[in-house]
Amino acid sequence: MKDKKIFITGNEAMGLAAIKAGCKFYAGYPITPQNELTAFMARELPKAGGVFVQAESELAAINMIIGAASVGARCMTSSSSPGISLKQEGISYIAGMQLPCLIINVMRGGPGLGNIAPSQSDYFQATKGGGHGDYRLIVLAPNSVQEAYDLVILGFNLADKYRNPTMILLDAMLGQMSESVILKKPKILKVKKDWKIDIKKDRPQRIIRSFFIKEGFLEKHNLILKRKYERIKKKEQRAQDYRTQDAKILIVSFGSQSRISKEAVEILRKKGIKAGLFRPITLWPFPEDSLKRISKKVKFILVVEQNFGQMVEDVRLAIRDKKPVYFFGRAGGGIPTATQIVNFIKKLL
Amino acid sequence: MKKITKTPSVLKPNPTHYCPGCGHGIVHRIICEVIEELGIKEKTVGVASVGCSVIIYDYIDIDFCESAHGRALATATGIKRCRPDLIVFTYQGDGDLASIGVAETLHAANRGENLTCIFINNTCYGMTGGQMAPTTLVNQVTATTPFGRKPERGEGHPLKISEILASLDGVCFVERVSVSNPKNVLKAKQAIKQAFINQIENKGFSLVEVLSMCPTIWRKTPSQACKWIDEVVTKTYPLGRIK
Repeated sequence: MKDKKIFITGNEAMGLAAIKAGCKFYAGYPITPQNELTAFMARELPKAGGVFVQAESELAAINMIIGAASVGARCMTSSSSPGISLKQEGISYIAGMQLPCLIINVMRGGPGLGNIAPSQSDYFQATKGGGHGDYRLIVLAPNSVQEAYDLVILGFNLADKYRNPTMILLDAMLGQMSESVILKKPKILKVKKDWKIDIKKDRPQRIIRSFFIKEGFLEKHNLILKRKYERIKKKEQRAQDYRTQDAKILIVSFGSQSRISKEAVEILRKKGIKAGLFRPITLWPFPEDSLKRISKKVKFILVVEQNFGQMVEDVRLAIRDKKPVYFFGRAGGGIPTATQIVNFIKKLL
Repeated sequence: MKKITKTPSVLKPNPTHYCPGCGHGIVHRIICEVIEELGIKEKTVGVASVGCSVIIYDYIDIDFCESAHGRALATATGIKRCRPDLIVFTYQGDGDLASIGVAETLHAANRGENLTCIFINNTCYGMTGGQMAPTTLVNQVTATTPFGRKPERGEGHPLKISEILASLDGVCFVERVSVSNPKNVLKAKQAIKQAFINQIENKGFSLVEVLSMCPTIWRKTPSQACKWIDEVVTKTYPLGRIK
């Protein structure tokens, strides 16, 4: 049977994917530009046997997720930049407690209340740990509504596989625009959650904790986390590249910006300039192995982001500054256009 | 001689880290007795919150989830909504529940979450060295009210959270008890038992506020601390069923 194809917004597609992935609990709080997702979950999740709670705050929502995840339920919360800042306390606890869950950030401009226009300015917050302590999130960055749908399903699987919170990081443009989505049958990873709190019958007590006061215990816990992060780094790097085979100029962009940067590649190619595109799909772990390989033959790299220079730091680190790395970005809802990118590159030639 | 009581099986035989004369040990034991008597020890889970009692799981042998400071009732909401078959209780201090967690507390209560909330009021932040809590009495000396809490100096009034919560439609049961003398301990047990029974019977949100001793911070002997609750604290926080 052919997979069903529908026309849907990014926000709703992620809600649909979550339900298909077996999400049984959602807690959220109103904030633009992700409200369609909350409304979708309020309407559709109960029909699928799940629970929707409109929390009194972002703080309460993320702490409800702690409760839901601690009993082993697939669970999710979503918000946008200022709301994600509020959730950071809980995200740090979730990382420490090793609870699997999905957090969606439909980014808007900042800092502060900023605006509600598309932005990629939460890259640092997502990939470097916006909360306190030494931890990592798995961060997935879709560049289409289809991929937003697919990565939500993957995100739940990775969260369960590694007992680690996963974040979907996308901007307002992807959240609010509609595209066709093919509803592929989701592959759901079944994991035995023998750590969850539950009916306690003939077994030792289980404690979901991030508190280790006895001397040496926290360092041991930190080492467990470190080894897990190393495993994820080794196994889960994902990226896509376009016309990089013979490329002399490599543009690096993620999310919606990668589609505009791809257009710039086409324009440059028509002018006889050998440009290519590299697009990280996992922002953490950053796909440094493939970037290192692809960047070997290029003359220089241009990183284009909807911010004033965040992922560019990881690009430079990945290639150890062995090639010149330039940056072009716009912030606060400004979006680098293909023409602007082409003009920027022309000046570098 | 007839044996009229025994140690509940869920009470671990560990020595506690609590100070001499602290009320936590008494309340822990009451909870264990209630869990045992109601036959719910396999399906009861607790939410441990920030404060002296965060390692309550070292003393009570049931599954626990920790919570961030003030967020216990949000965490408990997530647990109970996903697993209505579990009996879920939070164990929270007054800084936790009545200060930093007041939004989570009020809204969980207002939603009528089917939960049992044990609220320990010792009129101060014990673990961090005895700072003023919202519950601190007028004129009470603490680390951050060295001249006594003065409402006229903008230090606020004792917050009567039980009375506030009792006004909410989602709340089915509120009682203020104390563990300062044997008679009150027995009454505290009755109230805590009722708060668990309410959850078993799906009645909604139950809160038991327990006035509890903190002799170290109060700079009193254990017996002076008990007496202070009976003679002074209960004047601001009268005991009894509120709802």
